[in-house]
This record gives sequence, C-alpha cells and structure tokens, in this order.
Amino acid sequence: MAVSGLALGGFVIGHLSGNLLLFLGRDAFNSYAEWLHGNQGLLWGARLGLLAMIALHVRTALVLRKRNTDARPVRYAFESTVQASQASRSMLLTGLLVLAYVILHLAHFTWGWLDSTAGATETLTRAGEEVVRHDTYGMVVAGFQNVFYSAIYIAAMVVLALHLSHGFHSLFQSLGLRHPSYTPKIEMGARVLAWGIAGAYMSIPFAVLSGGVS
Amino acid sequence: MNLDSNIPSGPLEKKWESRRFDLKLVNPANKRKYNIIVVGTGLAGGSAAATLGELGYNVKAFCHNDSPRRAHSIAAQGGINAAKNYQGDGDSVFRLFYDTIKGGDFRAREANVYRLAEVSTNIIDQCVAQGVPFAREYGGYLANRSFGGAQVSRTFYARGQTGQQLLLGCYQALSRQVASGQVKMYPRTEMLDIVVVDGHARGIITRNLVTGKIERHAADAVVLATGGYGNVFYLSTNAKNCNVTAAFRAYKRGAAFANPCYTQIHPTCIPVSGDYQSKLTLMSESLRNDGRIWVPKKQGDTRAPGDIPESERDYYLERKYPSFGNLAPRDVASRAAKEACDDGRGVGPGGLGVYLDFADSIARLGEDAIRQRYGNLFHMYAKITGEDPYKSPMRIYPAVHYTMGGLWVDYHLMTNVPGLYAIGEANFSDHGANRLGASALMQGLADGYFVLPYTISDYLASQKPGSVDDQHAAFDACETDVRERVAKLLDINGKRTVDSFHRELGKIIWDECGMARNKAGLKQALQKIPALREEFWENVCVPGGTGETFNQSLEKAGRVADFMEFGEMMCRDALVREESCGGHLREEHQTADGEAKRDDENFCHATAWEFQGVDKAPKEHREPLEFENVELAVRSYK
Amino acid sequence: MRVTLHVWRQNGPDDKGQIVRYPLDDVSEHMSFLEMLDVLNETLIESGDEPVAFDHDCREGICGACSLMINGVAHGPQAGTTACQLHMRSFKDGDEIYIEPWRAKAFPVIKDLVVDRSAFDRIISAGGYVSVNTGSAQDANLVPIGKDDADEAFDYATCIGCGACVASCKNASAMLFVGAKFSHLEKLPQGQVEADRRATAMVEQMDIEGFGNCTNQYECQAVCPKEIKVDAIARLNRAFSRSTVKNG
Repeated sequence: MAVSGLALGGFVIGHLSGNLLLFLGRDAFNSYAEWLHGNQGLLWGARLGLLAMIALHVRTALVLRKRNTDARPVRYAFESTVQASQASRSMLLTGLLVLAYVILHLAHFTWGWLDSTAGATETLTRAGEEVVRHDTYGMVVAGFQNVFYSAIYIAAMVVLALHLSHGFHSLFQSLGLRHPSYTPKIEMGARVLAWGIAGAYMSIPFAVLSGGVS
Repeated sequence: MNLDSNIPSGPLEKKWESRRFDLKLVNPANKRKYNIIVVGTGLAGGSAAATLGELGYNVKAFCHNDSPRRAHSIAAQGGINAAKNYQGDGDSVFRLFYDTIKGGDFRAREANVYRLAEVSTNIIDQCVAQGVPFAREYGGYLANRSFGGAQVSRTFYARGQTGQQLLLGCYQALSRQVASGQVKMYPRTEMLDIVVVDGHARGIITRNLVTGKIERHAADAVVLATGGYGNVFYLSTNAKNCNVTAAFRAYKRGAAFANPCYTQIHPTCIPVSGDYQSKLTLMSESLRNDGRIWVPKKQGDTRAPGDIPESERDYYLERKYPSFGNLAPRDVASRAAKEACDDGRGVGPGGLGVYLDFADSIARLGEDAIRQRYGNLFHMYAKITGEDPYKSPMRIYPAVHYTMGGLWVDYHLMTNVPGLYAIGEANFSDHGANRLGASALMQGLADGYFVLPYTISDYLASQKPGSVDDQHAAFDACETDVRERVAKLLDINGKRTVDSFHRELGKIIWDECGMARNKAGLKQALQKIPALREEFWENVCVPGGTGETFNQSLEKAGRVADFMEFGEMMCRDALVREESCGGHLREEHQTADGEAKRDDENFCHATAWEFQGVDKAPKEHREPLEFENVELAVRSYK
Repeated sequence: MRVTLHVWRQNGPDDKGQIVRYPLDDVSEHMSFLEMLDVLNETLIESGDEPVAFDHDCREGICGACSLMINGVAHGPQAGTTACQLHMRSFKDGDEIYIEPWRAKAFPVIKDLVVDRSAFDRIISAGGYVSVNTGSAQDANLVPIGKDDADEAFDYATCIGCGACVASCKNASAMLFVGAKFSHLEKLPQGQVEADRRATAMVEQMDIEGFGNCTNQYECQAVCPKEIKVDAIARLNRAFSRSTVKNG
C-alpha cells in the first residue's frame, strides 16, 4: 500500500503542478499540454505506470480488506472508537470514490465523452506558420463553468484530501519510519500537504466560477 | 516416614559442588527416553520445564491458566536478590546466606540456603542473557536497590515489575522448547491427583478446564511447582486462582507437608475497602526505601494526614528499630502495624491502616525521581483507591502474601515420595519461618534453572524409563477417585455459593491463624473448620450440570474443598509450635516488648505432617535443624 | 449506585450466543469492575442460574487474564487500565454497560466472555525469545547496555499479552503485541543476533493465526493497558522490510 500509494501521491502532485499552469494563461497551459502530448513515450510510460500502480493499490486494498474482515467474523454489539480518525477508518470508501471520480474525470477531459467542448482547438502562429492545437485551456474553463461538474470536482477533492491525510503519514509508519520527535511533525505535515493539494486543485473551479479565469 | 534430608557432608561452601560431582547422570542419548511431568509453569516450573527440555528430556508441562505467562510469579514487584556484590558494599554469598537464615528466624536448613545464595549469581547472568530488561545505571551497568532485612544493596529489579520480566524471560525460554517439541504444554489443565505406583510418583490425573475431560498422564518423575497456599485466607495478595490442590493431593498420597503455619503477612498492602473485596493488592516493599511509615501519636485521631504536625506523628519503625528503620523485615513490620492499629491509632476506614508517606523523599529527590522509581506502583494505588499518593500519604495494611511452608523436600528437592519433586513456593525448604523480600523470585529460579535439573538425573538414572504406562491399575483407581469427587461436588445442589464458604473459611483462618495466634483461638478454629467443611459438603451449590464443560464454579469448588482440609492442618501446626518465630507469632511466646520469642531448645526443627485420613489428625514428624555455621541468635533489627 | 448490564452469554464454542440484560442494584463505587461481576455471579448462582464466565486471575493488572470489551472499548473507559483495575467510580448511577468478549477469528469464544488466546503463545513460540540455554550465560555486567535503551526495551517488554490491541483494532490485527515483543528484544544486544529471523517468523505465525493487518489507526495504542506505543509496530515493519529485502 505504502509503495503504490507513494507513487500515486507523486502523480497527484505532478498533475497539480501542470494544472496550476492554468493561472499563467491559455498559452502556457496549452503549451504544456502540447508538450506532454508531443512526448508520447513519456506520456504512455507514465500512463501505464500509473495504471499498474492503481491496479496494485486497489488490489492490495481489496485483499487486505478481505483479510481484515475475515479476521473479525463476529462484530461487536456495541461499537466504539477511541481515537482512530474518521479519515483512517474510511480509506476504502474514500479510495473507491477517488477512483470513481478519476474515471469520470478521464471520461470528461481525456476521452471527451461528456462535453462537446472537449475537442475544441485553437490556431496560433508559430515561426510564421499557422498551427492548430488542442485548446486544453478552453476545455477546462468550459468544463468548470458547468456548476454541477465543478461541485462534483470540489467534493472529490475533499474526499481526496481525507484519503491523503491518512495515507501520507501512514506510509511512513508502514515503512517503519517513526521517531518520537519527527513523527508528530510528519503527521501535521501530512495533513497540511493533503489539504494543501486539495485546496490548490479546488482553486481552479473556484477561479473559473468566480470569473477569475475565463 | 523417612525424612532424610540427604545433605552432603563436608564444609558448607563445598557441599553443592561435591554433591554435583556425586550425582548420577543420564547420558544425552538416554535423556529422550525419560518423560517428566511439570505441574505449574510459573518461575519455578517454567524454568524447570525449559531447562529440562533443553537438556533433552521429554517434558509435559501443565498450568491452569490459559498461558504460562499468567502465573502469579508475574505479580512480584520489587526485585530479585543475588550476591553479585556489584555495589562493592560488602556483600558475599555467605552474607546473603546469613541474611536469609537470620531473616527466616533460624528455621531453614543451612545447606539449602547456602546453595540458594551460591546459585543466585547465575540467575542474574541467565536472565540478562534472555533479554530481561533489568534497571541500569547511565554507564550501562546493572542497578541495585536495598530491600528489607538486608544492609547491602543486592536487589536487581525491573521497575516495579521484576516478577513479570523474569517470568516472561522464563516463559520465552519455555516457548522455545515448546516450539522444538521437547516440551508439550497443557494450558487450562488442572492437576487433580497424583498417581503413586509401588511408592514412586508415576503420573497425574488432570482435568481439561475447557472440555472438562479427565485425562491420565504417565511419567518417570513428577515435579510440582504449584505455588503457595495463601488463598486459604480468601483475602490475600495471591491471584484468585492460586490454590493448594496439587500440593494437597500429593500430601494425601503420602508426601509430607512441612511447616504449614509459616505464612508471611506482607506489611504494605492496600487496605480492605468493603465486603465485596475479592483480593488484596500489594504495594512493593521497595516503597519502604523512600517512604516513611507512621501513625498519629494520639488514639482515634481523625485529622487529615497533612494536618497532623511532625511532633504528633509516631514513625514507629524508625523509633523501635533504629538501625533498620523502615526496612525492618516483613514479619516485624507487619506486627508493628497491627500493634499500632490494635492500640487505636490506625488510620482510614475502620482504623485498619497506617500511613506510608513519601513527602520527605519527594522534597529531597523531586517528584520525577520518585515517579521514575515507583511510577507504576503509585499509578496502581491511585487507580484502586482514587487517591493521589504524590499528594497525600498512602494508606497501607498488612495482608497475606507468601507461604513459607510447603511440601517437605530433601536437599535434592524431592519429597519423601520417590520421583515426586516440589520446587518454588510449593516446597518448604529455604525461607524458614519468614522470607526476606526479593527472595521468592530467587528461590523459584534457583530451583528451576540450577538445582532440580541436576538433582533429578540422580533419581532418573536409577529408574528404567517408561516403567509404568497410563493403563496401570493405579491410574484406573486414581481416575475413579477424581471422577467421583467431581460428581459429588456437582450433585450437592445446595444453597450456598462456593465463594461464601471460602470467605467464611478465610475469616476463621485470618482471625485465629493470622498475624498473631494463641492456643484458645487455634483450638476454636479446629472446631469451626470441620463444621464448616461438613456444611460445605452438604450445602454448596456448584451450578453447571455436568463436569464436561468449562465450569469455573466447579474449579473453585474443588480448590475450596481442599482448603477446607488444609486449613485445619495449618491451625494444627500453629498449635503444636509452642514458640514464636518469623511469621508465626504465638501470643503466649513473646518478649516483654512484644518481639517474637523463639524456643530453640524444643522447636529447632521442621514439622512435617503425614496424612492419616480426612477426619483424623495427621501424624507429626520432626526434622531437626542443625546449625554448624551460624550461631542461633536472637533476631534483632534494633 | 444502580447499573444495567448487557452481557454476552454463550454456552460454548458452538453456541450462537446473545446479549442478556441484568439490572444490578447496590453497586459500590469502590468496587472493581470484576468485583461488580462477582456480585452479579453470586446473585445468579443463588437464583439457580449459571454465573457469567470470565477470565481473571491476579486482579492487579499484570497477569493479562482479564479481557472484557466494555461499552465497545477494550478494558473500559479508563486509559492505561486493565478491566480488573477499573473501578465502578468510573461509571455513574443509571449507566447501561455492555460487556462483550474479545472478538477476533484468532480468539474463538470458549464460553461467555472467555476466549482462547493461545494464538499469542504460538506467536511467541515462533520466535519471541533469545536462543540461550540455561547455564551458557556470561557475567551479567559484561555487556553494558545504555540506560535509555534498557528503559525503552522495558517499555516494550511490559506487554501483558491481554489481547486488548487485537480486540480494539478494527482489523483484529496483532501487530502491537508482536511489535512489542520484537522491539523489546531488538533493543537489547542479546536480542539483536536473531532479530531479522524473529521478525519474519513471528509475522508469518501471526498471519497463519488469522489476525488482520495494521492500517495505522492506532486504536491499539489508545487502549493498551500498559500504554505501549505504536513505535513498536514501526520497528517491526522496518525489520520485516529489511529482512524481506535481504533474503529476497
């Protein structure tokens, strides 16, 4: 869980840094997208790697869940929790919600099944020649102008934050990296990082909805 | 009855060495042909079973708990003595020997005690090698503290949980043998009888406490390590399930029971709080290193302890025993507490308590230092009483804690029944009439690791392995006895619960055979106990239908039935010992200032009782004690 | 005071079992929780019923026999306390108290509140010891051990094997128990020799017994009567990974 989670967490951060280029304007964002798609080897390498990690992460989660439920065949009549966080107790649920959202997100922006603007292009002049490229910026802005979709996106980011807030510090424990003075900082850092990432992602639909980005 | 102590000749310090050379050995290839049964897997039994397994014998080990790790040795708090002299404060094997003999009020065998002091050093080495986390100094070397009855610092400890750490070390060694197959472990199994064939112990009958199944186990030798009988008092610091059954069954099959009247009343326990009280909790004697014991000078003083000025406090141990002060031995400290309370100066509900005050030490060393030394004990006290001992003094009162008496054994730890051994608290050998603090753990481990494994080979070498199997007629007879007894208990269907009988028995014993005894009281107890026993067998209620299930009431009933007989023997022993010594104080025999008065002329012996029948008086035998290396002195801690 | 108990009654391993309600009057706040159950049992026996079976022995918080889930919390509401050391002053008049056995596949119920914890013994047998025979030890002071290391080893060694960690873990994992024994021995030079072997063997046995996996929720640490820290689990994780990588 820790190793695949770490890889997926890395993607979440990488993807975010790409997305935040949106705030630098249409050109910067579309150039990034063009560059990404221009390196098919890199792109597909990353996609396959991610796919493998998702498969591994999900499979391990399900196997563990099966073993963990089997480990307690009879439940308590009176259930109570002393200190486990809500986030830690709903990892499977939040994980599956994030997975469902990722599929929706791919369907929306990558496969363009949900939105007619997905295939929009822009034309620009490069070294005297006219070039037509995919208008990713326009697609994103149009997508988020849909309040319904933005709401789903924002909700998904809250779920992601919950998932990451437990996942980030948990991986240190699973790898045996624990120390009386560093661990509290790691735990705090994990929460800050998780909510920071989610906040940064959410800033995009908010910016679009508020008209800051158009 | 043959009570040959089998003590080697020669000078004291050479006895064990020369005996080890004389002992017959079993060669390594033959060891696996011998089966040994070990009943009880606390410090003594666990260490014996592990060591016998390592040596290559086939061992079957039994305990009534669900795991050997729960034996009551685990509750020992303060520490374990060893004559390491790491502190360079004048300790030596001879001094530990002398302190133990003197502490026992000259009622133990010299040779046994000397051997105990001799092997004490090996125990510490062995335990450290097993990973027992003893307390250490910053330099990395082992720390020591002092304990009652000694003027040197020779007690090794692991905070207030020394017994736990030693037991876990021993349990782990045992687990290793279980994994290797040398030891087969039978948890939740209680020994209900011992099988004697042609005068030799050849096996046991057990009850599986989960299924209720009665089973037979044959062996070439049987080792009893089943602890003491403190629960005859009902309220004691023993664990609830501690009992005398195994030792008492052995007694009924011919083993002599020695000195049952020697019981130790520990001075520092938490006082009783109500009728529902199920057991008493000990506060380690080590607390007396830093705590000062006092009562108000005035009778019936009900002021809060903080409101009583220094000048109106009586630090009675410091006053009466200036050289040992608060570290006077247990019997002395307990009696002094009783005296203060009898004088109407006790504190707390019912006036049955004295203060153990840490204010001076906290002022001198700081609260942190005290927390470091006794944190878990203070924590436990606070949980039980709801009071904070950092702020106000603890209230303590004496309680039954340990029993020095037990099955009579010779120098080889063998009872008078050949092939039957008794080790640890179950035997009578090393502590005389009073045990010093931190010596129980020492004796248990000495017996199990370093004595029994040597001496048992001497017996086995003379026996043909597997001479008796569990189909022998003696097993049939013994099993029938056990079944009938179980059935009888279940059939009574009376009105009173087992616990109510146990409480009543305990009250009789505590009143008449507790901290102070006298002829009239003991005679009265000898009337009351048989009457109570009779009622028990007519009116006890043991629910649960058949014995073929998990039935805790049945377990308890069997044990209490044995206590009912045992308590009578104990009072009888106290009655015939017309002297005061150690834990046995006869009110008729004390000095003018209330100290125990021994009678070495007439009572310098161990009394061993031989069973004659349930309602018959047992036969008294005496093993004279000879002292060649120490002078019998009046025990003084002044 | 007056309390109402809801106690799990189960006649034997194969019985289905159910919660039974017992109102209890005249409970003193100075009673221990187990003394309160003693009182209940005395009344049950006197009225011809079978008493509630529960494991207990030392009643001073060290043997680890007692094992009660009290209102969904292992050993009840007071932190750092076994059920036998819990006193009724932690409850108030009129309280409803649910008492259940430890629940785990690896701890099957024997009767009522009594469970079989022999899985723990088998885990220790798998490697929770230092392989040293009696008599082969050198002098105890030959190897100095720093006070801090000895103290930390002690903190782990203080585990009483009660099983509260398993009972409270949402996954019925035994990682705190195993981690505590592993860490105790690993902190000491005597135990370091076979540390990796021990980690692998104990974890394998734990899996065989059917305990769940640690998902780092730390309920175990919160209920451990000896307040053993999950640092023990991290140490075990580290050693287990190290030994897995090393041995391929």
